[in-house]
Amino acid sequence: MTQRSGAILEVDALERRFDVSAPWLNRLLEGRPRRTLRAVDGVDFTIQRGQTLALVGESGCGKSTIAKLVTGLHAPSGGAIRFHGDRDRMQMIFQDPFASLNPRWRVARIVAEPLRTLRPDTPEPEVTARVADLLRTVGLSPTDGTKFPHEFSGGQRQRISIARALAGEPEFLVCDEPTSALDVSVQAQVLNLMKRLQREMGLTYLFISHDLSVVRHMADVIAVMYLGRIVEIQPTADLFAAPLHPYTRLLLDTIPDLEAPDRNRIPMGGEVPSPVSPPPGCSFHPRCPLAFDRCRTERPERRADVHDRRVACFACETPADGAAADV
Amino acid sequence: MSDIVLDIRNLRVEFPTRKGVLTAVDDISLQIRRGEILGMVGESGAGKSMTGMAILGLLEPPGRIAAGSIHLSGDRIDGLDDRALQAIRGRRIGAVFQDPLTSLNPLFRVGDQLVETIRLHTGLSRSRARARAKDLMHEVGIPAVEERIDSYPHQFSGGMRQRIVIALALCAEPELIVADEPTTALDVSIQAQITALLRRLCRERGTAVLLVTHDMGVIAETADRVAVMYAGRLAELGPVDEIVRRPNHPYTSGLMGSIPSLRKDVDELQMIPGSMPRLDAIPPGCAFNPRCTHAGPRCRRETPRIDSPGAACWLALEGEVA
Repeated sequence: MTQRSGAILEVDALERRFDVSAPWLNRLLEGRPRRTLRAVDGVDFTIQRGQTLALVGESGCGKSTIAKLVTGLHAPSGGAIRFHGDRDRMQMIFQDPFASLNPRWRVARIVAEPLRTLRPDTPEPEVTARVADLLRTVGLSPTDGTKFPHEFSGGQRQRISIARALAGEPEFLVCDEPTSALDVSVQAQVLNLMKRLQREMGLTYLFISHDLSVVRHMADVIAVMYLGRIVEIQPTADLFAAPLHPYTRLLLDTIPDLEAPDRNRIPMGGEVPSPVSPPPGCSFHPRCPLAFDRCRTERPERRADVHDRRVACFACETPADGAAADV
Repeated sequence: MSDIVLDIRNLRVEFPTRKGVLTAVDDISLQIRRGEILGMVGESGAGKSMTGMAILGLLEPPGRIAAGSIHLSGDRIDGLDDRALQAIRGRRIGAVFQDPLTSLNPLFRVGDQLVETIRLHTGLSRSRARARAKDLMHEVGIPAVEERIDSYPHQFSGGMRQRIVIALALCAEPELIVADEPTTALDVSIQAQITALLRRLCRERGTAVLLVTHDMGVIAETADRVAVMYAGRLAELGPVDEIVRRPNHPYTSGLMGSIPSLRKDVDELQMIPGSMPRLDAIPPGCAFNPRCTHAGPRCRRETPRIDSPGAACWLALEGEVA
């Protein structure tokens, strides 16, 4: 694949497998086989500079594993990640602002850490000035630098995480459920801050969330994941106006809608199968209302001649498909 | 009057600490009728779980009910001793908590846990209790009951575990179920299954439900009425459709505006400046006044209260804040 203009990250056939076998002795005595969990199972996507791509899906779908692969916290088992930027200028914001800040460090030291690591020659007064600037940027006061993380609320801690991420002057930020631990009114403050920073600094976000309304607000492009694979990837407006994959449609039909609450909403049946033993063929077929024989044996790919590589579904391939027309 | 299952009057929950007495729930009054789901919504620390715990008699000491009363179908249940409470908890009030793994004993098969609970509350024989356990598992939507009844909790998924917890809560056919964030640990598609189940049980059995959650979407699609909590106080109470569409309390409307929409595009989400006060720093007057754009002198002086549908806000109550 050649580099498309403006792409900052290209992910190609990315795979990550984990060995979840029983311990060696158990395997020997009980004759149990090795077992492999395919957390990420052949994922492709591209992120354009200055845009936000969101990965959305239910727990265990592999979205956080992708965050760790992209940032290099895990090594891929297969496929390629091409980052057309400065690797030092990639940062991450984690979900839990209680676990991601060192409780024994003062805030100023936490925020200065990337600066001191990446540019150790920076004179100390400049570090101090920069930390004060960063704290102001995220809506805290420079005097907060002398406090410890436990003196702050969840939302303020997430602001500290963002200030720390910004200290390395990043161009690319991986945000793994950055607001899931926050109350909604605090979430609004953090999301607004992230959008403002993106506008002002031209940041690119890989944004991971399970919350479709948050993703709709933040993302330019949304990739819907199911059991380690992207089942659908579309620009945000298109995805909400005309979802293609039956899983996306069921997901959109399932989430409570504050503007049009429906008490008689029919919930999606079944559950996400175990990624250790996914069903054969399309892994969504046991829950899919449109599934037919081919879905049970063959795995659908995103193809150029089917909705321009936006969806991996056999039901969307046939032109006579009534389901795709009625959305 | 007779169909009122839960009647809370002027409930106050306090925590004495070294630095002084903290008021976690401050003078709230509400009722739940037979077959009704009352949603209680608010952000962390708003006092919603404390209210649930007070009803269940499960406040952690030194927390205590300092004032007010709780009646269950006419019987006063606050201030009972442990023995009397045990006869009510599980039998007349069922409980469903956020994390189904901590509600179930990992060392016992789910069937045995159900049988034990049923026998404790009803005195049925072992075999009849087991038959009843199967009925309950079937009723809460567990597939292949015959195979699953002898499985351990870890062999179930999160959604299936929460169904077992609901079955446990139903063992003694309680009048009231207190469900504290029952769907928060679950994925959206499973969340919808559990709220649909709660709604069905409520309709078919006439059970009253107090549904405590931070998720306004869940409330909008599950509850009949909603109580909005802020800093331990009742901010707004009323039918869910009205409050979702036309919130009267500035906090409720701020809360609704801060939730990203599934339909409308906005550049900026509405923000409520600041954050909810800590329990040791609740401002005088209306607890929301420092964050409120409409606040006037009266809001800083006097605390607005409601004990019937409406908004605890001087602007909504009196039309002025002077």
